Amino acid sequence: MSKLPEIIQNHEEGIRSEWLKAMSTTVRRSDLMTDSEIQSQTRELLAAIVAGVKSRDITDLDAQAWTQTREVLQSISASRARQGFTPSETTMFVLSLKQPLFTVIRKELSKTPDIVFDELWAATLLLDKLALLTTDAFLETREQIIFRQQQELMELSTPVVKLWEGILALPIIGTLDSARTQVVMESLLQAVVQSNSRIAIIDITGVPTVDTLVAQHLLKTITAARLMGAECIISGVRPQIAQTIVHLGIDLSGVITKARMADAFALALQRSGRAVVATQNGAGAKKQEAKKEE
Amino acid sequence: MRSTKRETLPIATSADVVLARQKVRQWAIEMKFTLVDQTKLVTAASELARNALDHGKGGHMVVEAVENTARTGLKLTFEDRGPGITDIEAALRDGFTTGGGMGLGLGGSKRLVNDFHIESQPGKGTRITVVRWK
Repeated sequence: MSKLPEIIQNHEEGIRSEWLKAMSTTVRRSDLMTDSEIQSQTRELLAAIVAGVKSRDITDLDAQAWTQTREVLQSISASRARQGFTPSETTMFVLSLKQPLFTVIRKELSKTPDIVFDELWAATLLLDKLALLTTDAFLETREQIIFRQQQELMELSTPVVKLWEGILALPIIGTLDSARTQVVMESLLQAVVQSNSRIAIIDITGVPTVDTLVAQHLLKTITAARLMGAECIISGVRPQIAQTIVHLGIDLSGVITKARMADAFALALQRSGRAVVATQNGAGAKKQEAKKEE
Repeated sequence: MRSTKRETLPIATSADVVLARQKVRQWAIEMKFTLVDQTKLVTAASELARNALDHGKGGHMVVEAVENTARTGLKLTFEDRGPGITDIEAALRDGFTTGGGMGLGLGGSKRLVNDFHIESQPGKGTRITVVRWK
């Protein structure tokens, strides 16, 4: 029967204070977390380990007795991933428990050197497994963060803006790969129905490259919008993009295109029978300013 | 034509096409190409990289800074190990497509660069080399 559970339980506080000391020289990041936070994390984890080592097989982390430890470690490493710790810093949090634990084991079992090795080996296996668990949990959190950011980007970069009654604008930013195009097309068509718009301005100022695939996606979007009774205007065609489109041989003659969003908006207003005029107040203010300057 | 600097990029996923475009843009800016030339190079790279991915089942792109006695240029080589092109003349014709695209990629890229060279062996793969001179 292993003496490890007993040893850890008897020296819990001693191990913890040594552990904190060891961490302060290796991976303590006072810029990322407070003292009280790390105090409570070490207390929580050590308590969970004590509960775990009481089980029969102390290195079988999948066992029921280790559930608490697994959960504590997963939440610790998840919070560290979000706080901006590196993977090795997070793993070192667990590994720096080795030295204090080994010291205690050696002291306790100094009279029976044969057992010392067995216990040390068991402790090493245990801590290594805990460290691996931490790394896995850390990476999982990172992946979740990356996935969430991708989703957010997808949403963020395709907003449909209502410019006026019946006029929508869709400023596209970034690469128009197929996944994005699907989102763009869906959100535009949805907005056309919801706002009962007749004109949609697709602004491609933020699209760095317009190649045949991008052009094809744009044309498909425009065709779909037309089927629903909305006319599309493409704005933000820069000189270099215009030249490239011509060389590529893409036929955009069936589409109204403008260099600037302002031009497209003016056209959209005109088509819907509206105009922008200066108000009396605005004109008056200008006259007054002119007078002052005189 | 002498090569002064070269770099190879894999083309295996659609994310690699984005990376290939960024790499070409970065090199074109470093070599002080004009904005129009940069855009032309990047667009040609985008077309050819996507061709290598969609039709050639992936391959790689080599970016090279080249120079001859008179001028400097950017050379791009796209190699894939796909089924190859049986009728190159037809493939270069505008509107010819086997994959549901617009059929302008190959012919369009040829018009975007100065030198365009295509080698293809059916069953073995395709190599396309383009150069844009400054």
